[in-house]
Amino acid sequence: MGLKRTALFAAHQKLGARLVEFGGWEMPVQYSSIVDEHRAVRKAAGLFDISHMGELRFTGPAALAFLNHTLTNDLRKLPVGLGQYTLMCNDRGGVMDDLYAYRTKEQEFLLVVNASRIDEDVTWLENQLAVWPQRDQVRFENVSEQFGALALQGPRAVEFIDACFPGPSVRGARIARASDLTKNQVGVFHFGGHDIYLARTGYTGEDGFEILAPVEIIEAVWNSILSAGHAYCLQPAGLGARDTLRTEVCYPLYGHELDEKTTPIEAGLGSFVALEKGDFVGRAVLAEQKAKGTEKKCVAFKLTGKAAPPRPHYPIWSTGSNPARVGEVASGTQSPSLGVGIGMGFVPPSLAKPGTVIEIEVRGNRAAAVIVPKPIYRKG
Amino acid sequence: MSSKVPLDLKYAKSHEWVRVAGDVATIGITDHAQHELTDVVFVELPPAGRKLKAGEACAVVESVKTASDIYSPVSGEVLKVNQAVVDQPALANSDPYGAGWFFEVRLSQASELGALLSPADYSSQIGE
Repeated sequence: MGLKRTALFAAHQKLGARLVEFGGWEMPVQYSSIVDEHRAVRKAAGLFDISHMGELRFTGPAALAFLNHTLTNDLRKLPVGLGQYTLMCNDRGGVMDDLYAYRTKEQEFLLVVNASRIDEDVTWLENQLAVWPQRDQVRFENVSEQFGALALQGPRAVEFIDACFPGPSVRGARIARASDLTKNQVGVFHFGGHDIYLARTGYTGEDGFEILAPVEIIEAVWNSILSAGHAYCLQPAGLGARDTLRTEVCYPLYGHELDEKTTPIEAGLGSFVALEKGDFVGRAVLAEQKAKGTEKKCVAFKLTGKAAPPRPHYPIWSTGSNPARVGEVASGTQSPSLGVGIGMGFVPPSLAKPGTVIEIEVRGNRAAAVIVPKPIYRKG
Repeated sequence: MSSKVPLDLKYAKSHEWVRVAGDVATIGITDHAQHELTDVVFVELPPAGRKLKAGEACAVVESVKTASDIYSPVSGEVLKVNQAVVDQPALANSDPYGAGWFFEVRLSQASELGALLSPADYSSQIGE
């Protein structure tokens, strides 16, 4: 099967992007350099094409009840115009996907899911819906191909967002201008005669916005943001920087920290599991893990000496008189902000406390590292 | 993007350069290679005294994103390694043919030099 391309493929080529495979898509990994784009996002602003991500729409009187049974966080907390990070689990509590759920209307929800999981998610949700008693009151559409998506991230994004999307919102969060959006709020704005969704969220640990727009106008939106941001040192940024940015702030990436055999509790995402909301798929296992603990825990670590950057699947070792292989790196890289190797990985809970010394095996040698609190990088 | 290919060097298909002086060869990675890697953050070199065979993976260059093997273009014993590029890996990006050199070997099979690429052949390999 050939790789899929977003509507911005030609725009990336024109900007000299280096293109790589990611989750079945041919995506820009970098334009200038990962470090350069990473720094732009930490200091000014970066614009990412995230059109590969999936969008799933649920409407109808029973949409809320169905999704609240299928997702781990409590959707009832969302008024129209607000979103939340949440997870979708199987019966064993294993993560099917992690996603953002937005309440776009009283009876309409938009889920933004990982590109690599769209097919699995759709099948899973269809199967769940097929046995849901009020299934005739829920409409489910995979609208991924109708939407392009962008992430505008960085401390200066707020300075020019109003120039990109002037005027008050027309739906969703009712606000006078785009820069009034607060964290996780989503508003609908007009752009060239079309409706676009603008949400105050992101995946970099910086302030910023994510934009969902009809695929026919996504290039116009991309160009408009790039030109409005030019005076604010905005740069196009690729998936390479997106990965180093999210790793520094310990956001999970599906396929690394999360998979069908790992639960949100093990991944350290218990605060997005609303056990008190009533029954939902996976609840029994998650409740037991929350009460009794887990066998593995996702931790963050930093290398303490000069060594090669840690990479996914490198073994993690305990130290002391009886060193043992205790786990594996899930995500690892050289931190552009800190200048050292950093990562996340799974270890037994007895080794999960910040300050615990571990070693990362790199090509047969072991490099000293220490467990650190999440996030690894904190602003200021 | 146009890469520098100095005319006084020989090249390996795997993007290393070789500068020959008598029976000593100095080896590093090409401008094209450093540009493809971008942001070199770690360099691991073979210890002095190690005997290398031509084509052997003997060093590792890590960028933010990936680890890449470096192959010795020639056979011989490692005489010296460049500690400066180990301490400051970015030298491999900023000065790949100068301060960013990797290691020196005493050639054991001088005839191997004939199999390396000329600057013109290497330029055409990288499409320039």
